[in-house]
Amino acid sequence: MRRFRLIPDSTSIAFMRHRLLFLGGSILAILLSVIAVLTVGLNFGIDFRGGTLLEVRMPGPADLATMRRSLNDLGLGQVQLQNFGDEREVLIRIERQEGEAEQQQKAIEIVKQRLVEDFGDRIEFRRAEFVGPKVSEELLRNGIMAVLLAVALVLVYIWFRFEWQFGAGAVFALVHDVATTIGVFAVVGLEFNLSTVAAILTIVGYSLNDTVVVYDRIRENLRRFKTLKLEEVIDRSINETLSRTLMTSLTTLLALFALFFFGGAVIRDFTFAMIWGVVVGTYSSIYIAAPVLIYFNLRAVLAKEGSASAAG
Amino acid sequence: MSYLTPWRVGLVLGVVLLGLVFSLPNLFDQKTLEGLPDWLPKRQITLGLDLQGGSHLLLEVEVEALMKERLENLVSDVRRTLRRARIGYRGLGVQGDAVHLTLTDPAQREEALARLAELNPLMQPLGFTATVDRQYEIDADERGRITITFSEFGRNQLVDSAVQQSLEVVRRRIDALGTREPTIQRQGRTRILVQVPGERDPERIKRLLGKTARLTFHLVDMENSVQDALQGRIPPDDILVPSAEPDGPRYYLLKRKVMLSGENLVDAQPSFQNNEPVVSFRLDSVGARKFGRITQENVGRLFAIVLDGKVISAPRIREPILGGSGIIQGSFTVETANELAVLLRAGALPAPLKIVEERSVGPELGADSIRAGKIASVLALVLVAVFMVVYYRLFGLFSDLALLANMVMIVGALSALGATLTLPGIAGIVLTIGMAVDSNVLIFERIREELRGGKSPIAAIDSGFKQALRAVVDANLTTLIAALVLFQFGTGPVKGFAVTLSIGVLTTLFTAVMLTRVVVWFWYSRTRPKTIPL
Repeated sequence: MRRFRLIPDSTSIAFMRHRLLFLGGSILAILLSVIAVLTVGLNFGIDFRGGTLLEVRMPGPADLATMRRSLNDLGLGQVQLQNFGDEREVLIRIERQEGEAEQQQKAIEIVKQRLVEDFGDRIEFRRAEFVGPKVSEELLRNGIMAVLLAVALVLVYIWFRFEWQFGAGAVFALVHDVATTIGVFAVVGLEFNLSTVAAILTIVGYSLNDTVVVYDRIRENLRRFKTLKLEEVIDRSINETLSRTLMTSLTTLLALFALFFFGGAVIRDFTFAMIWGVVVGTYSSIYIAAPVLIYFNLRAVLAKEGSASAAG
Repeated sequence: MSYLTPWRVGLVLGVVLLGLVFSLPNLFDQKTLEGLPDWLPKRQITLGLDLQGGSHLLLEVEVEALMKERLENLVSDVRRTLRRARIGYRGLGVQGDAVHLTLTDPAQREEALARLAELNPLMQPLGFTATVDRQYEIDADERGRITITFSEFGRNQLVDSAVQQSLEVVRRRIDALGTREPTIQRQGRTRILVQVPGERDPERIKRLLGKTARLTFHLVDMENSVQDALQGRIPPDDILVPSAEPDGPRYYLLKRKVMLSGENLVDAQPSFQNNEPVVSFRLDSVGARKFGRITQENVGRLFAIVLDGKVISAPRIREPILGGSGIIQGSFTVETANELAVLLRAGALPAPLKIVEERSVGPELGADSIRAGKIASVLALVLVAVFMVVYYRLFGLFSDLALLANMVMIVGALSALGATLTLPGIAGIVLTIGMAVDSNVLIFERIREELRGGKSPIAAIDSGFKQALRAVVDANLTTLIAALVLFQFGTGPVKGFAVTLSIGVLTTLFTAVMLTRVVVWFWYSRTRPKTIPL
């Protein structure tokens, strides 16, 4: 009976041969992400920028041009419209209004009234969100804190479980995953909001999960093959865990794609972030977390520790 | 696998059964559940506002406005006190967050301080702490300049009582709407979170919460003219107040003195007079007596009803009203009359409330999200399950069994804990589906390796489970760390994601490791295979 095998039972791919190329490429990707964030900037949603958002469903296909004309002479400043989900649904973004919260609230009512006047009362008001300036600042601060805290905690965990070189390698991989995720949000112009932060935290968890499995095997093999060169031990470990790594990424991606295509427009960006995270998370545990160990001279360190404990 | 003792197997199956029992109520409607015996669990998963529709409002009690008002009241108290004691001063007024004044004669400093201390008695704080403190700090320098500010204690005291009081008023106002299960709670120091599930018209709630509803009655000054007052010549005992009526005068000149206020109201109801919607009210005995005296002494004059700094109406007093009840006219619709009645019954807010965050979702969008979430989860489940069977055959089936039990346990745990399921929460479940089989993959791949290494089937299974355990625990713990951080920092829907992800990690650890082992053990002891189809 022949079995379906995604990956042959024993592979021997020399992952570490071109490690400089991949490391260089990864560092470049991080730099490009930083540049993209600094130049293009992030498209902050109202969670972090403050403002008002309305989601409406028109009775028929939405005529954005007419709606734009109708809403832009209300004296509320720039009103942005965008199709969302299907052709009948429209997202309306209203700038932060001069004055207090009362004015912001009034803006919602003004827009609702005008839409009913111009397009009839069969409009369905599906969602209204308003975030005040103080709250949005707090949310942004909390979001940044959360990501930093998660990375720090995870670092502590790795430190506790492995030698510090592993911790540093894992954090390097995490920085790569988080940076490129934020970078891709800047480049594509996707809305960066609270759920994006949730996605980033999940990516931190997922990427680390992958890294830890590879590290666990590297450490095991370092003890088993004391004479093998570090590169060879790492290659061997990655190859041994390769089918698991790819299998897990694949099942996770299957589930996420189901969510992406059928989970509705509200969480599509969130799902996109996680799909991206799974892909770069898988990449980084092989091509960043592992080769970094070589540059930390792990073998020598472990050998020293081993002989020290044997002597003691 | 001798260590799988019967009681251990029983324990594992028992936990799965428990999950099943707790998840079952979700299959029935509320009516069927009520008919079931009491000892059965009946809790269903609570849906978040983003799934069932509703309004989430974060309100901030504007304590700054309240403190300013308090200081202004303090100014008139200080004025009265010093005058009575015949102490000369100048420059009395509020500047920033302090009341300032300068004594004409610095030598009177000690006496002035002694008098002012009467305005600043010892106060018992709210709650059960034993410390007693003063509300203000009063300082004076040698040149007779006196500064009065809130003490730390006084400020806290003021904020706490204002927020507590606002909480009560908000609760009464929301309760009057008759919606089911609203959540009203304090958040942080000065904020109040209001969540009203299933609300179709968030504007209605916002209108209700946006008003301070401070009701006062004033006599209209009929001797002086509004025209003069508009040009800045307001008589010292008068106030100029805009009108809320669309027709009629735009401003009224009223006597400053509050004749009667909303505090004396015991009831307010919408009703009709000459086919016009009005609000009828009833006063307590003190209020009734006052009202009677005022109307008796001022027949023929205009009596203004002021709500939140605007004159609603100023009817003429035709005859003394002694029964303690009256009617507020105004340009009301049935709806606004009803709203005003609700506001008056609930009482005035101590300070204005500002909406600082709103998230309202219509029930249609919620229903669409549930539908989309269901489709996505079922599809994800089927895709992953099929993939596992294609790839691992029999063992894939084992892990699918574990996955199914996993789902049941997540639903059971969510129901039993009374956790809220949100749209991101559903995403967390879908993600769990994808990642749950990871633990099985780790174990199966390990068993495979052990088999290739030449171990016997039983030994390979044993050491596969044992060797993979460390990686499985590691992998799940890292996700759990991230999920817990998210739980700590997240709000609303995002928190729901953290909840399902955390529960998912725990149930995954259980089903993938323990349950799968039991299933494999059953299979092995039944068939005693020579080779393992992996």
